[in-house]
Amino acid sequence: MTTLKRADFMRLGSLYGGSLVLGVGAGGCANQSSTAPQSSGPPAATETGGFKPNAWVIVHPDEKVTIFVARSEMGQGVATGMPTIVADELDIPFENVEIEFAPAAAAYVDVAYHIQITGGSFSTMSSWMQLRTAGASARAMLVSAAAKQWGVDASTLTTKAGSVIDAKNDRTATYGSLVAAAAAMPVPAKPVLKTRDQFTLIGKVNKRIDTPLKVNGTAKYGIDVRVPGMKFASILFPPTFGATVKSFDASKAKKVKGVVDVVRVPRGIAVVADNSWAAFQGKAALTVEYDNGPFANASTESLKAEFVKLASSGTGAIKAVERGSKSVPGKHFEALYFGHPVAHATMEPQNATASVTSEGVEVWAPTQVQTAAQLFAAKSAGVPIDKVKIHTTYLGGGFGRRLYVDFSTDAVAVSKAIKAPVQVIWTREDDIQHDLYKPMAANAIDAVLDDRGNLVAMRHTVVMDSILKGLGFPLPPSGLDAISMDSVVNSQYEIPNYQAYYINPNSGVPAGSLRAPGANWNNFVVETFMDELAHAAGKDALAFRLALLKKSPRATAVLKKVATNASWGSPSRGTKQGLAFGFWANTPVATIVEVSMDGNTPQVHRAFVVADVGIAVNPTIVRQQLEGATNYGLSMALASKITIKGGAVQEHNFYDFLVLRIDKAPDIHVDVLENFSSPTGIGELGTVTIGPAVANAVFAINGKRARVLPLSEAYA
Amino acid sequence: MISLTINGLTHELDIPDEMPLLWAIRDVVGLTGTKFGCGVAQCGCCTVHVGDDAVRSCVTPVGSVAGKSITTIEALGTPEQPHALQLAWVEEEVPQCGYCQSGQLMAISGLLKTNAHPTNDDLAQSITNICRCGTYDRIRKAVARATGGGQQS
Repeated sequence: MTTLKRADFMRLGSLYGGSLVLGVGAGGCANQSSTAPQSSGPPAATETGGFKPNAWVIVHPDEKVTIFVARSEMGQGVATGMPTIVADELDIPFENVEIEFAPAAAAYVDVAYHIQITGGSFSTMSSWMQLRTAGASARAMLVSAAAKQWGVDASTLTTKAGSVIDAKNDRTATYGSLVAAAAAMPVPAKPVLKTRDQFTLIGKVNKRIDTPLKVNGTAKYGIDVRVPGMKFASILFPPTFGATVKSFDASKAKKVKGVVDVVRVPRGIAVVADNSWAAFQGKAALTVEYDNGPFANASTESLKAEFVKLASSGTGAIKAVERGSKSVPGKHFEALYFGHPVAHATMEPQNATASVTSEGVEVWAPTQVQTAAQLFAAKSAGVPIDKVKIHTTYLGGGFGRRLYVDFSTDAVAVSKAIKAPVQVIWTREDDIQHDLYKPMAANAIDAVLDDRGNLVAMRHTVVMDSILKGLGFPLPPSGLDAISMDSVVNSQYEIPNYQAYYINPNSGVPAGSLRAPGANWNNFVVETFMDELAHAAGKDALAFRLALLKKSPRATAVLKKVATNASWGSPSRGTKQGLAFGFWANTPVATIVEVSMDGNTPQVHRAFVVADVGIAVNPTIVRQQLEGATNYGLSMALASKITIKGGAVQEHNFYDFLVLRIDKAPDIHVDVLENFSSPTGIGELGTVTIGPAVANAVFAINGKRARVLPLSEAYA
Repeated sequence: MISLTINGLTHELDIPDEMPLLWAIRDVVGLTGTKFGCGVAQCGCCTVHVGDDAVRSCVTPVGSVAGKSITTIEALGTPEQPHALQLAWVEEEVPQCGYCQSGQLMAISGLLKTNAHPTNDDLAQSITNICRCGTYDRIRKAVARATGGGQQS
């Protein structure tokens, strides 16, 4: 994954002007209590006499420990996993942990991305040493405080379960009793970290802090924010991509009971009301004339023709990888693939609440990117960044959709216009039709098998809008987007002659980052084609892959384990098996499914998934993520698609944008390997293997190769 | 004025008869545990009980439920005595983002009133609630745990 520099990010402000509106903040919800106090800035002395050695930890006199969560909790478990890491090094019982979502602040930027962001399956991976050090540092200061009190050398003391222990003199002091003294101790330059065998919580905590709040309705999401005097607003966006509002008539909208105002904001027309429903009714009553812009004639058919032509011709191809020879003798195979765009469809529709006053701006939002939310809120309100407070709520799903700050920036614009706090709430139709989508793609791939059936050459050309550009990040001078090329530029297979090319079609459809961006499509192409090659070579699909992964022991172990778990080669009665391998965020993953056909529709009965996550901080959460990503990927594989006509999205809601429900959800068996020295990414990779595994199983059933996603178009 | 009895409390509200119950609950009464997901009875995030029936509150006009007993997630159980499904949801660690789970719990607790031991097939036929985090397998396990079931078909 490309490392984004803060300077790049700041440039994004000027790049976007006011077109992508954003706004976010921090604060949040906590362990046991759904309305924990919000912190307004980075650490300072605490009012309760707590000991706050750094931005991450406050040890309280009552033995409770507040741990700040600087990443967004969207289901992936960071609100449990990240505090677990701090708590383990601090050496406290997990029951003593209370969490608080961190504000937008420099102390909390991701060490890899250089901004405060939750994405790329990076949170635990990139914060691992930072969080351990924060916990260990606090622990060392508590030990120093005890040593000073007792007049002994700190090296003679140990800690356990929130107490400092002087075994020699048979005495203990709880952390809570040491907070005042610890605050006077110097911050250690390089605190000693635990060894892996000394962990007491990492790998052992299997519950989630937020589960109790999520079964009784008390967890607060963005949509649940209530601010005194707030209104609700719904925004009418021009239906066609790139269109603008020419004129509008709000007279009927204003007559709707409950509607209090109608205001023009940069991206549309906001209907402001006493409740969400009135705002929706008012929006439906607007009469609008648009300037439709240059995209008004675009359709799925016209775009597909253009994409396929680019993939076939290679026009405008940018070199990504060129290894070995481009002309290799042997038996040639080639194929052309096409994938439709897909919407994120987070369960919680986009929303944000903003309050713009003369004092500054507050934003409450389910955001994945506090830094951008804050920056764009400041721009929208016309105030300095330090006047913007971002409160991060629980997120009702993220999947990359909330890496964009359109919804929070809009909320700031509306609040500024009506001079009152407001919650901007999207309908599901808004969400489906105004997303930044998993991009449409066309891939051309060809390969050569030698006379012994070995894969000796592959060339892969990807035509896909730039995902980096959609995120607001500048492309490198070559124009190569490594995210749109994921699973292609970083293929794990040792193919001696390998070329990869990128073509950016600049189609005009907003291109977004969706769970395992790039890879969630490209790996379908790679892994179904690999299956095809194995079959052509007369080799077992597992053995064919293993032969190309000899230098990747983690990948090899994952494949062998999933084969064992699924009894590869011996499917359950009435089913056939399909296999796929993937690699995302430094985690190898493999999936085997058991499938039967109901007419032209694949029925996935069981899915076996194995991943090597390095260290599973919370094994249950790792399993949840692999299960969830499997089902999320299965929606994309089977039925989810966005089609375009007249420059606008044709789907509306869950009756025509189809997603998985419980009736089609497979039983999922997950196994987790830990053959790496630190945690690797877990949140997205399950999406990259399920689709090709299903398609490969279908081939085993009916001999048909899928060249398109979703598969609802493949077997008709 | 319309009279709504939600979780045992009666509210006299000045709202139109055609306002969907969801918005009366969330934006007027102020109980936010019931979620908005689609507005067209597709996803089930908004499921509440009217009497013993699980209904999609986003398409239920308040005029049709005036005077009836409405139960939301906030009153499915109590802190002292959670519903068996809530306990099972915690034991099985069902929720991820959690946004749909109020609706899942209300829909399935509604099903249990007429079918105390639903099989996985019963869930497949009766429960159409969407979970984008894909917690379906854990939902099945949690229902089995709560109802002493666990049949595969």
